Amino acid sequence: MNMHAQPQRTLAETALIDAFGERLSLLPGDGAVMVKRDDAIEAIKHGLPTRRVESWHYTDLRRLLTSVPAFEAGAVVKALAPVLEGSAVLPVLNGVSQMKLPEIDGVTVQRLSEKLTDGSVAPGLDPYGSDDAIGALNTAFVADGYFVDIADGAELEKPVELQNLQAGGQSHVRLLARVGAGAKAIVVERQAGEGDEALVSSVSQLVIGDGAEVTWLIVQEQPDTATHLAQFKAHIGKDAKLTLFVMNAGGRLVRQEVVVRTTGEGADFKLRGINLLAGDTHTDVTMVLDHAVPHTTSTEVIRNVVTGKARGVFQGRINVHQYAQKTNAKMACNTLLLSDDGEFSTKPELEIFADDVVCGHGATVTEIDHDHLFYLMARGIDEKSARGLLVKAFVAEVIEELDDEALVEALEARLDGWFSTHG
Amino acid sequence: MLEIKNLHARIVDDGTEIIRGLNLSVKAGEVAAIMGPNGSGKSTLSYILAGREDYEVTEGDILYNGQSILEMDPAERATAGIFLAFQYPMEIPGVATMEFLKVAMNEQRKARGEEPLKVPEFLKRVKEAAASLSMDMNMLKRPLNVGFSGGEKKRAEILQMKLLEPKLCVLDETDSGLDIDALKIVSDGVNALRSPDRAIVLITHYQRLLEHIVPDTVHVLYRGQVIKSGDKSLALDLEANGYAGVIGQAA
Repeated sequence: MNMHAQPQRTLAETALIDAFGERLSLLPGDGAVMVKRDDAIEAIKHGLPTRRVESWHYTDLRRLLTSVPAFEAGAVVKALAPVLEGSAVLPVLNGVSQMKLPEIDGVTVQRLSEKLTDGSVAPGLDPYGSDDAIGALNTAFVADGYFVDIADGAELEKPVELQNLQAGGQSHVRLLARVGAGAKAIVVERQAGEGDEALVSSVSQLVIGDGAEVTWLIVQEQPDTATHLAQFKAHIGKDAKLTLFVMNAGGRLVRQEVVVRTTGEGADFKLRGINLLAGDTHTDVTMVLDHAVPHTTSTEVIRNVVTGKARGVFQGRINVHQYAQKTNAKMACNTLLLSDDGEFSTKPELEIFADDVVCGHGATVTEIDHDHLFYLMARGIDEKSARGLLVKAFVAEVIEELDDEALVEALEARLDGWFSTHG
Repeated sequence: MLEIKNLHARIVDDGTEIIRGLNLSVKAGEVAAIMGPNGSGKSTLSYILAGREDYEVTEGDILYNGQSILEMDPAERATAGIFLAFQYPMEIPGVATMEFLKVAMNEQRKARGEEPLKVPEFLKRVKEAAASLSMDMNMLKRPLNVGFSGGEKKRAEILQMKLLEPKLCVLDETDSGLDIDALKIVSDGVNALRSPDRAIVLITHYQRLLEHIVPDTVHVLYRGQVIKSGDKSLALDLEANGYAGVIGQAA
């Protein structure tokens, strides 16, 4: 948070502080949780981060968050058909988890509203740094979500889809997951909704045991009336693998933070991201990756399509700790800029304290390749369709890398959906 | 079928004139070979026929079936039946070859007012065409031309030509980069497309290709003009004596 006292609170800051006073009696949690909530709202009282806070330089939250809607307790929203056919769906509807949930072999699911009172959650509510505004907002207001425990050695037959569906107003949700040693799972985190003005905070926290393999897909398709502030945090154990796929295809003001730490040798992290940006919107993906032990690897590939007056940001920070020798990390951010009014800012940062590592990063901003366009048109494909094929191809490359036919098909269908309304 | 009249064209970027008063006429059913030394404007001519925007026609006209095509964009020309087999086919990552073929075939059908192909019929046609060119179907599962060898790319061009069934085929140095076996396969593919209602324009450096695809007419292009036309014996003469003699006569 910005520690400078603000001369005057913004409307949004005042609304958040007032809302906390009104909500406090309704918020679940044991004593330790309630102390964290107090700390969090204190941080908000110091002011939302501005461009003067380095990690928020391109997303001046204080300026961009112009209003905060009230809570809409009575609003109704229905669970969606899952992205991947056959998934077990765990919906959070208008900020509330459900009583009746599907049975999933090898998985134990608890409602977070209950978990918040059992004494186990509070330590995870600490902010990860002095500028953790999303963490603070969520900690102050989080009322529900799920805790998903995947047993050691469990290889899930079908994917699990966590749906966080807003119905307008505010919702603050936390999704906790423990993946046991040697377990294998595909998890979809679906972020969507249909309300009028919405403010959503959603924090996912994942601990991956030794040798486990997780593919976690964040599919964010909020309407352009929503402010979506999200955080994904993970610890990756020894010889464990995490593939995180992030697709942003909606929202008016979006920030998706990715905070990952390798905690055991042989851990591998892949981040694959697609940002489809349209209209007068602002979307920020900010990653902080800590290679904290020796012999861990990571690759990050982000592809962006910018149309209209959309603004996009990718900040990728890789910290290689002093003892994290033999780290291998590679980061790339490629942007297809399709309009004169759109913009994309990329800030890669490597902080390397070890001396025997391989680290690299690259960023490009391009337009559609005219030779490619000519080639397709020379086969009778009209200009609009040819452009569409090329733009889709640019992002589809990232999806195809997932190397799982069902995943690839399902995600390409999401892409097609976006292109049919924005192409 | 194709009539090029006093064509002048230049590169848009720097204004360099490449085609300088070119005349050429190709009838339906004819195979016309265009030969000429490096830099004579052969590839430029093929791009101008296909409608590439990097070139600007400053004078003259190109008539296709009696209609000027200068105002048509590349897609319109393609759906009208003009096909360019590229000298250097583009690699397009992320565009699946099969998807591309299906879109191209159906866009052309749509432009002609025909129904899109049903999937089994589409697959059948692709399989047949691929088999006739000794192409492995697995290759077509890859992104368009990505990782294809030079010879594979040329075969893929002919495959597209077979599937799209154009009326005017322009082949830009289709023989370059082909070994003898591949040259035979590709030539057989082109010969199979010869028909009374289709014209083929072969752009090549070498007589070698013309042994496999025997032309009806041969035209020598030099400094943006056709300086000499003849039958297939002209190509043999060029092979034996080089371009110098023909250029000398024209000068």
